[in-house]
Amino acid sequence: MISPGRSWREFPQRYRLEAEKCTVCGKIHYPPRVTCSKCGARTFESLVLPREGKVVTFTVVRVPPAGFTEQTPLPVAIVEVMDGVRLMVQIGDVADPDEIEIGMPVRLEFRRISSDGEAGLIFYGHKAVPRLDA
Amino acid sequence: MRDVAVVGVGMTDFGELWGKSLRTIWAEAALAALADAEVQKIDLITIGCMSPGLFVGQEHLASLLADELGMAGTAASRVESACASGGLALRTGFAEIASGLSDTVLVTGVEKMNDVDGADATYALGTAADQEWEGFHGITFPGLYAMLARAHMQRFGTTVEQLAAVAVKNHANGLLNPHAQYHLKLTIESALASTMVADPLRLMDCSPVTDGAAALVLTTVEKAEKLAGHRPIVKISGSGLATDTISLANREDLTELKAVRLAADRAYAMAGKKPEDLDVVEVHDCFTIAEIMATEALGLFEPGKGAQAAEDGLTAIGGKIPVNTSGGLKSKGHPVGATGVAQVAEIATQLRGEAGDRQVAGAKTGLAQNMGGSGGSSIVHILEVAS
Repeated sequence: MISPGRSWREFPQRYRLEAEKCTVCGKIHYPPRVTCSKCGARTFESLVLPREGKVVTFTVVRVPPAGFTEQTPLPVAIVEVMDGVRLMVQIGDVADPDEIEIGMPVRLEFRRISSDGEAGLIFYGHKAVPRLDA
Repeated sequence: MRDVAVVGVGMTDFGELWGKSLRTIWAEAALAALADAEVQKIDLITIGCMSPGLFVGQEHLASLLADELGMAGTAASRVESACASGGLALRTGFAEIASGLSDTVLVTGVEKMNDVDGADATYALGTAADQEWEGFHGITFPGLYAMLARAHMQRFGTTVEQLAAVAVKNHANGLLNPHAQYHLKLTIESALASTMVADPLRLMDCSPVTDGAAALVLTTVEKAEKLAGHRPIVKISGSGLATDTISLANREDLTELKAVRLAADRAYAMAGKKPEDLDVVEVHDCFTIAEIMATEALGLFEPGKGAQAAEDGLTAIGGKIPVNTSGGLKSKGHPVGATGVAQVAEIATQLRGEAGDRQVAGAKTGLAQNMGGSGGSSIVHILEVAS
């Protein structure tokens, strides 16, 4: 399970989608990294990811890991929010997982992701939901 | 570099080995390989094991297992690269002999996975993915490969029937392997009717949870010539190791296993071989889509053609290039740390001409591809009959 220390450490990315842009080559990294995977530079400036994107690929997890047994079937996708900037997120607000398709427009919304039992921590982050306006 | 040969091969039956512990199955495989090799002195024991800490609550396997074999005092080390730990144990042993650091090495792989329940096994395997940025969202290992499958289907038109064809072929091969976990005939229809695990992957697209161990004895080709007797000498002519991003979200191309391609390129270059030179291949079919993508990344088929090739029987025994004659991870079983060693045990057995009913006639050159996680690491070895 996720310790309080780790949970706290990840708040900027989980809660606010904070990313970093390489000041040398401009590549955007989510989550932030120590070295740029494109050019190797080590200086970055912060930015917040846009909330809108599209589904690159997805699955529907039917046999869940511990902590997600009450959430099945659990749709999970890789979503691209900017050119080359992708993140792994659950897909929420779909009545039928068969509605999900590659290329589907989604918006990232702040949601409860999982919890550590009844008395433990609650883990929040972002889920992708279908964009009804797109 | 010195030329390195495989002079001993051993493995346990793969399956749910309730009556045996990790140390017992490991020793069984190690003793089988040592008996097969008839060597007197071992300079080093390498052990590939992914997660004894999570599966059986035991670390420090180097001491535990050297001692179990009555060889306390001998140099030993455990190496880890998730499900490619066995391949890494082989590469470590190969490098020790090639460099002159050791003359004879006992290369082993082991995993005891059934001492924990399904949820704990799923968790342990999940630690091969990026736990902070993937696992957090509830994605599982089948889920990650399902995402690769979906991308492959979208780009190349790969079908679920073609995925099932891989499982059907590997189970047909497994029927011919006495060590295999499952001896069952599978049909496309029954594969497609099995439980959905992570769309589009069903239970029959997934390798099982397995207990098992495998071992090899390596030495120099020079020493092997004195040990060989009437048997052909099996030489390791190429070894390639590569990594890729651990997180799928950071991969530019979700339809290619880049670590496999890079590891293969390095192994081919070292061996001076091309894909067309291969007679028999073992690939890391932890999921059916993984076999299709591996055959493409190894250059056996063009990108996007691997699924059709499987459906057309090109990878069956008797086909253009037989893949997973052992039954693969799907039918033989997948004790994760043992897999990379067991794959090379199969290739060595084929090259010796000792594979019985599943023998590929006249096999002289073979390749084994082992993979960690969802392609975050891969190791490729090329073996050939020394002339």
